Amino acid sequence: MSSRDQILARVRSALADVPRTEDPEDFPVPRDYERTRSGPDVVELLVDRLVDYKATVHEAPEVAAAVAEALVRHGARRIAAPSGIPAEWLGEAEAVRDDPPLRPAELDALDGVVTGCAVVIAETGTIVLDAGPDQGRRALTLVPDYHLCVVRRDQIVRTVPEALERLDPARPLTWISGPSATSDIELNRVEGVHGPRTLEVLITGEIASTG
Amino acid sequence: MSGTFVGMPAFPEASSSAVSDAQLRHNLRKATHTIRAKRAAVVGEQPDWAALREAGAAVKDRTLRHLDVYLERLEAAVVAAGGQVHWAGDAEEANRIVVDLVKATGETEVVKVKSMATQEIDLNAALASAGIRAYETDLAELIVQLGDDWPSHILVPAIHRNRSEIREIFLKHMASWGRPAPADLKDDPRALAEAARLHLRERFLSARVGISGANFAVAETGTLVVLESEGNGRMCLTLPETLISVVGIEKLVPTWADLEVFMQLLPRSSTGERMNPYTSMWTGATEGQTFHLVLLDNGRTSVLSDEVGRQALRCIRCSACLNVCPVYERAGGHSYGSVYPGPIGAILTPQLRGLVGPLEESLPYASTLCGACYEVCPVAINIPEVLLDLRSKVVARGHRGERLAMGAARRVLDSPRWLSLAQRSAGRLRRWTPRRLPGPLSAWSDTRDVPVPPKQSFRDWWAER
Ligand code: SF4
Repeated sequence: MSSRDQILARVRSALADVPRTEDPEDFPVPRDYERTRSGPDVVELLVDRLVDYKATVHEAPEVAAAVAEALVRHGARRIAAPSGIPAEWLGEAEAVRDDPPLRPAELDALDGVVTGCAVVIAETGTIVLDAGPDQGRRALTLVPDYHLCVVRRDQIVRTVPEALERLDPARPLTWISGPSATSDIELNRVEGVHGPRTLEVLITGEIASTG
Repeated sequence: MSGTFVGMPAFPEASSSAVSDAQLRHNLRKATHTIRAKRAAVVGEQPDWAALREAGAAVKDRTLRHLDVYLERLEAAVVAAGGQVHWAGDAEEANRIVVDLVKATGETEVVKVKSMATQEIDLNAALASAGIRAYETDLAELIVQLGDDWPSHILVPAIHRNRSEIREIFLKHMASWGRPAPADLKDDPRALAEAARLHLRERFLSARVGISGANFAVAETGTLVVLESEGNGRMCLTLPETLISVVGIEKLVPTWADLEVFMQLLPRSSTGERMNPYTSMWTGATEGQTFHLVLLDNGRTSVLSDEVGRQALRCIRCSACLNVCPVYERAGGHSYGSVYPGPIGAILTPQLRGLVGPLEESLPYASTLCGACYEVCPVAINIPEVLLDLRSKVVARGHRGERLAMGAARRVLDSPRWLSLAQRSAGRLRRWTPRRLPGPLSAWSDTRDVPVPPKQSFRDWWAER
């Protein structure tokens, strides 16, 4: 008997007390928690949470100008740009495309990355990336030290359940809630360990292009 | 706080620690109380916490009652998404599977993100004896690994090291493991974290094989979920060409939508954050990676067979029960003699291993039954109920069981000084016999230093403290 069959057999014999006629869905799961809530405006709430996490956040009526300006402010010149991010957004900075895929060392040599996102959760200040065309594969938002993320208002939801409804589990997902952090040295919080040390968020009403 | 939601081997630092026991105790107390307060605040602001907790417990119960169905679903979904699934009955088999998978890649180095399952099976030792070097990548674990000592706390494994010691360790040992620390390294936390970042970066960028655990595995979709803080998890999960995840069979949840419960319960209950900085979710072979899932039993099916004890398998390893436990605060993580410390360890270890020795028999007595752990548990595990049930089993075994067990728990809690000595010897012992995992309680019984039978019950004794 294979280990697989042995383990499954052990599971079944351990569950001898469960009636054979019981289907998994027969066992009740009360779902009395809230799927959404009333409260402050989601944009306001999101800004509050992001600031709390030490992310930089701006509301930008004009996205291209705001992206270009942020890059200049950071002195970021060579920028990883997923295919869905128009080169015009980057202003003077050079858009480095991930085609053919950049090696980790090449990503490491870049000044930053500009992306869109899939969903944003206001209550927890969480940006969810799903590797869509305006976000690229996961390494793009991991290795460069500066991540500028453009969030459209219509991508913001209030709660975690609302976010999961919008997400596709078949895609690789990265949930980001502020820059990485550690408190391993004498309980002092240090922001920015292995992920990008600077997370900047632009909230815009515009529909980002997805090429 | 390292902020991973998984633990560490509950074994002590080497005797070289320059921090006094009193100082260490103070630090630990400060850490648990800080996290407790943070947790209470973020749980308090979630208006539907009680309903989430009820749903969390029920989802886990549904999973456990039909675990065979869900395991087969998970397997099918992972395979359909291009992953490979392996089944390991025990630690030895799991280690053999992982070693063979790494060998097949031709690599002799792997990067690891801290996981309780791999610590439970002592994977690093198995890799080492096959000539494979495993690099732990959590900052705290790095400090511990470079300093060649043992983690001292589940939340803050390097709490026994102060900043100047960490600086010393980095200056002295980084060079022999990879990129050296800068010669002018300062001892402020920011500079130290930066040195660690640069040191590990090189390793991440060149790693070919990553090893992880998982916080959740979704049966319906085959999705695995890892929560973390530092970004080392993302590095290990994303950059290597081959990813091997070792996951206990109790980590399953039935559906994608069920994650909406746990993605609220776990971060708030664990590190006291509304959300942890990073979470990765992936399904099967992702972005060109080769993906292996190793499903681990190693005693879990025995836990499952106990109708009362089964609820211990709901545990999502948030560690909230440790931080509120008066016994844990006094005894420290090491005295539980396994990778699972605190109240959850007291009910899980004796069930996973069976009541096979004095340590396992004594663990159900390492509690005042005050119930704080039950109250705080995000999946409502009734720890006192399981403790009492286990005690009745110890008693039913007759012989010296209960008296020895109670005495053991009492001695440990009674003498911090003895405890720290025992920890040290346990730490040393472990280096020679990595498979034995002798906790202080068993270390004692080994020396036949049979304790005086308690004249009062553990509870009465505790009440007098
Ligand atoms: S038993 Fe409950 S409180 Fe303790 S670690 Fe597990 S889930 Fe958290």
